[in-house]
Amino acid sequence: MLYKCKARSSKRKIKAQSSKSKVKNLKLLVLGLSFALCVLHFTFAYAQAVTGRDLIDNATEYNGKIILFEGEVIGDIMIRGEHAWINVSDGDTAIGIWTEKKLTEGLTHTGGYNSKGDWIRINGIFSRACGEHSGELDIHAQSIKLLNSGGIIQEGLNLGKRNIALVLLGALCLSVILQAYIKISSRRQKV
Amino acid sequence: MILRPRREDVLSIGYYLGRIIIALGLVMLLPALFALIIGEKNPAMDFLIAVEISLVLGLTLAQICRTDKDLNWMQGMVVVSLSWIVAALLGALPFYLSGHWNSYLDACFDAMSGFATTGLILVQDLDHLSLTHNLWRHLIMFIGGQGIVIVALSFFIRGLSGAFTMYVGEGRDERILPNVIQTSRFIWLVSLVYFILGVVSLGITGMLLGLKPFSAFFQGACIFMAAFDIGGFTPHSQNILYYHSFAFELITVMIMIVGALNFKLHYCLWMGRRTEIFKNIETRGLFISIIVLFVIVGASLGGLQIYPEAAMLFRKGFYQLISAHTGTGFQTIYPAQFFGEWNQLAIIGVIFAMGLGGAVCSTTGAIKMLRLGIIYKALLEDVKRIILPEKAVIMQKYHHIKDMLLDDRQVRSALLITLSYLAIYIFGACAGVYFGYPVLNSLFESTSAAANVGLSCGITNAGMPAALKLIYILQMWAGRLEFMSIFTLIGFFIAAIRGK
Repeated sequence: MLYKCKARSSKRKIKAQSSKSKVKNLKLLVLGLSFALCVLHFTFAYAQAVTGRDLIDNATEYNGKIILFEGEVIGDIMIRGEHAWINVSDGDTAIGIWTEKKLTEGLTHTGGYNSKGDWIRINGIFSRACGEHSGELDIHAQSIKLLNSGGIIQEGLNLGKRNIALVLLGALCLSVILQAYIKISSRRQKV
Repeated sequence: MILRPRREDVLSIGYYLGRIIIALGLVMLLPALFALIIGEKNPAMDFLIAVEISLVLGLTLAQICRTDKDLNWMQGMVVVSLSWIVAALLGALPFYLSGHWNSYLDACFDAMSGFATTGLILVQDLDHLSLTHNLWRHLIMFIGGQGIVIVALSFFIRGLSGAFTMYVGEGRDERILPNVIQTSRFIWLVSLVYFILGVVSLGITGMLLGLKPFSAFFQGACIFMAAFDIGGFTPHSQNILYYHSFAFELITVMIMIVGALNFKLHYCLWMGRRTEIFKNIETRGLFISIIVLFVIVGASLGGLQIYPEAAMLFRKGFYQLISAHTGTGFQTIYPAQFFGEWNQLAIIGVIFAMGLGGAVCSTTGAIKMLRLGIIYKALLEDVKRIILPEKAVIMQKYHHIKDMLLDDRQVRSALLITLSYLAIYIFGACAGVYFGYPVLNSLFESTSAAANVGLSCGITNAGMPAALKLIYILQMWAGRLEFMSIFTLIGFFIAAIRGK
């Protein structure tokens, strides 16, 4: 009997211990999750690239934070000493990127009429009004990753346009000839 | 009794309109040649098509309406107002053919914006637009800034004694030299000298900023044309933000201010009368207005700590203010930042700057300083009349190139134009509100369009209602021509319908 009672009490103890350990585990899980959420907050929030429009519309929210921005390098790479300015367009909005010169060395194409610029991903700090650059809305790049290389766009002559131009040239010649004819005939009439 | 326009009126209008269209077609040969030189084949085709259409249309119209008669006042005004519409329609052809504009209306919007030196844009993917089309975008600002008819008068139409009516019709009521043609050529001379100086300084600065030599000088030329003729187009979608340079911004500020001054004042300075700049009612008014408005804008931006440093306040606050006051429309902030970050008082300050404008007989739009000066002097005169004894003889003077006596005719004219501008600003704002935009945003964009400024808070985009695009086109047209020729055109059509 005593043995049974002891066994029951030990079972209760074991149950209580196991429920305690469950609570502990749960606490640990909650703590671990909240820790992970706190620590990995930025990675979660901005793991995906933000758009230029989003950056401008919510500039105060993003100010000073590390963001990912993707787009095409357009125009010129402007070297300024050991740094450089590049302008990157996501297709809707272009934003200035301040970067170390060496990070631009892998960039071979910039977007323009005859060329498609390199498509890059920038990891950097966004500023609503950058203190270093007298209030510019910019991104200071920490790393630049080339996602797609750009290239030269071969321009073929649009034959439709050429044909229209030829027809119109004919019409223009006709009207010039007609005008000259009218002038000559009116002069003859006067004489 | 209203008299119906006679056949001769229509013939004269058609004939001179035809000649101006021919002139426009010949000007379009410049970008066509440029395209051929730099090897942009399809843009060359776009311009060849536009040149051919313009020449065929112009030659046909001039031939059908051939006349030896000179233009009278009414005919001249109608020719001017129609010329600007036709120029926008034809100037838009290469734009539309490029495929960078969603519709022909959008292309016409940008063409009118260019000719009227406004600077609002609907172009898509500007960063991939050809150099040739970019050259045309900026060239039409240069042509529009001088005046489309002035271009025709200077280079393509000779011996026209009715030229003065067309000169006045383009919003210029001051002759610098006795002859209008000489005046036009002087304006071109001044512009070309500044063009060379501006392009060299912007080009060299561009190279120092890291642009390649060709790109630096090409963009320098584009930016100069847009800054001197207070247009506001730039070759890139980021506007002046693209260059990330204080020096570049400073040079554009200087060019904008030079462009906002009266060509008559330029003439005085060229003739060595440097004190004129300090005595002239317009330059004084402009200086005072800039200071007062900068105090308002600076205080409201500084109070909010949006730009905590002086350099920031200059590059963002002062730059936008100067751009607005001169009517240029260059931006060193994104359109959404106006209403996203600035407070309403600062925005009101910018709206006032846009609405007031620069000097008469310059390339700026809006009410202009001389008119405000005249209204101010008239107000002073009336106050004096109340205060002083009835028998006192009151004469109000002001200095504009020479000492002038204020007369009622000048005051009436200044008030009429000022009221017309205010009416058109409010009309555009009401239209914006009708289409669902907030009041202040609508007033901002409307004032920008009618005063030919080009600053945008984001309303102007390819997706906005077509009717609003048309209203802005009308505002840009009326604002650039300063109403008189538009009133005459309306009167002409009324007379054609209701006249006997």
